[in-house]
Amino acid sequence: MAEVKEHEVAIVPPKDHTPVIRSLDPTEFPTPTSRDEEFRFTPMSRLRNLQEGNVAATGSMAIAVNKVAGSTFEVAADKSGDRIGFTDKIAAGAWSQIESVSKLTIEANQNLTESVVVSIVGSDAVAYGQLDINVEKFASAVVIVDHIGAATYAGNIDINVADGGSVTVVSLQDWDTSALHLAQHRITLGRDASVKHVSVTLGGEVVRILPSVHYSAPGGQAELIGLYFAGAGQHAEHRLFVDHSEANCRSNVVYKGALDGEGAHTVWVGDVLIRANAVGTDTYEINRNLVLSGGGRADSVPNLEIETGEIVGAGHASTTGRFDDEQLFYLQSRGINEDEARRLVLRGFFEDLLGQIGVPEINERVRDSIEARLGGQI
Amino acid sequence: MSVLEIKGLTVQVTTEDGPKEILRGVDLTVKAGEIHALMGPNGSGKSTLAYAIAGHPKYTITGGQVTLDGQDVLEMSVDERARAGLFLAMQYPVEVPGVSISNFLRTSITAIRGEAPNLRHWIKELKESMAGLQIDPQFAERNVNEGFSGGERKRTEILQMELIHPKIAVLDETDSGLDVDALRVVSEGINRVCDKGETGVLLITHFTRILKYVKPDFVHVFYDGRIVREGGPELADDIEANGYAQFVTA
Ligand SMILES: Nc1ncnc2c1ncn2[C@@H]1O[C@H](COP(=O)(O)OP(=O)(O)OP(=O)(O)O)[C@@H](O)[C@H]1O
Ligand SMILES: [Mg+2]
Repeated sequence: MAEVKEHEVAIVPPKDHTPVIRSLDPTEFPTPTSRDEEFRFTPMSRLRNLQEGNVAATGSMAIAVNKVAGSTFEVAADKSGDRIGFTDKIAAGAWSQIESVSKLTIEANQNLTESVVVSIVGSDAVAYGQLDINVEKFASAVVIVDHIGAATYAGNIDINVADGGSVTVVSLQDWDTSALHLAQHRITLGRDASVKHVSVTLGGEVVRILPSVHYSAPGGQAELIGLYFAGAGQHAEHRLFVDHSEANCRSNVVYKGALDGEGAHTVWVGDVLIRANAVGTDTYEINRNLVLSGGGRADSVPNLEIETGEIVGAGHASTTGRFDDEQLFYLQSRGINEDEARRLVLRGFFEDLLGQIGVPEINERVRDSIEARLGGQI
Repeated sequence: MSVLEIKGLTVQVTTEDGPKEILRGVDLTVKAGEIHALMGPNGSGKSTLAYAIAGHPKYTITGGQVTLDGQDVLEMSVDERARAGLFLAMQYPVEVPGVSISNFLRTSITAIRGEAPNLRHWIKELKESMAGLQIDPQFAERNVNEGFSGGERKRTEILQMELIHPKIAVLDETDSGLDVDALRVVSEGINRVCDKGETGVLLITHFTRILKYVKPDFVHVFYDGRIVREGGPELADDIEANGYAQFVTA
């Protein structure tokens, strides 16, 4: 690959990572601006004022869930119960606007053999949402949250995995190109619980997802996988935070993105914090970007903070490669036409990631969606 | 029988100081079954000729013509030229991120043959060609040229030539960077293709050592953007013994 940048492991002095404000009330937050570290890569003028935390809903998302034995789904009008505060005005604003919570429960000791598909369909309105995925003790499941249609949507997902539970959650952002989607995905892992969280962002004018992992007991395992594609004018942002606050937990982050066209912008920020008591931590994160054409920009910021030396391993890497004219010439000189050449490179780039995601039923869908969007204009 | 005909070809590149003429009227005919060696000093324009034939966008054709079996090559896009039967083994083969050798070759062969090869036959064909060139089977799953040594890249170029089975192959310094064993293995690969009699080869080289294995029918001396002398295999020995200066003053 041309233009390759590798970051080495950096041990930086500890700093306080507790967000200054945690709240369910948007009025407790100042309005974020691009001067805030968390929003420095975000196109604030294209957030349709959702950063104000008070834009009224003009409609709702249509939610449908398939019935799978061992799982239950309900839309609960009750917002009471324990919930930790959100970390920004957008997420708290979404919470304050909703009247009900969608709750998916994977029942204790159930090992689901069929995927649960939660489809969330926008109808070109301002809408908010809260989805809770509760995986009870020793349960296991694959959950696909499928976002499609057009929307201005702030919707958070809280994933709780109880002791010994295991879940794969795939969040597909396969929006129409006009969509705005802002979300926090907060994962809490019990003792020896594991999660594979997958974010696939293909559509939407602006998509900004903030996955975070909190360990509430030792032995948790988190695999965070991301696959994103930004076409001309699209902004796809993933900002991760893995908070190693317990001993003997693992996290592994793999995010890969491709950019195609003028004004395509992707952001990946991977914050991993290993607190002083989190001995025996094993963590690695990697982000790879491929610029297929034009004036795309890939921001990639791995950030590892280590407060204890008694860990198994910690590392990160970030590379950005460019598909250039010489590569194109090479492929064409072997009889492959220009469109096919780009498709080949793109497909190859993502293929191993689809394997790692390990949910074969999404593979064709993801491949087709990317190929359909390739070379497209917003 | 295929024929590549190059007549009066002139080529420019764009430089910071404006256009620069590199090829100054090249005449050359290569027929299927023939092996032509093209030898010339650094910077004389050999790679430029190879790239111009293949259609690299960096080179501007300012005059002359190139035809393959009477068809105008210069009118064709890069991939059309390849499908028409032209092949270029590059002096510096490029890395292609994310694309495995096996995927790349299958896509290329499908494009060139006009249909996807039968999977079972294809796997066998690929295996045999790789074995013949002593390429580790695991290379099939590696990304094209990524992290390949110079010699591994050159072997992979010849692997492609063998599978594509072109009408005319231009091999740009395929022998450079090969150790003695690799040189023999690669030469045998080239000969396997030539022996079928359906491919014409233009072999660009600085050294006679490859010509011990791949026997040229014709040797052309390239100097300052044109062919200044033509002869048989003995011309190569003359160059090796006496250098290029003798042809310049001539
Ligand atoms: N983009 C360019 N800008 C300026 N000069 C160029 C450019 N491309 C090629 N040239 C020049 O054209 C000339 C011919 O280059 P070419 O690569 O064809 O030589 P060659 O005969 O293949 O040399 P070698 O034996 O070193 O491979 C050289 O002087 C080279 O510097
Ligand atoms: Mg050269």
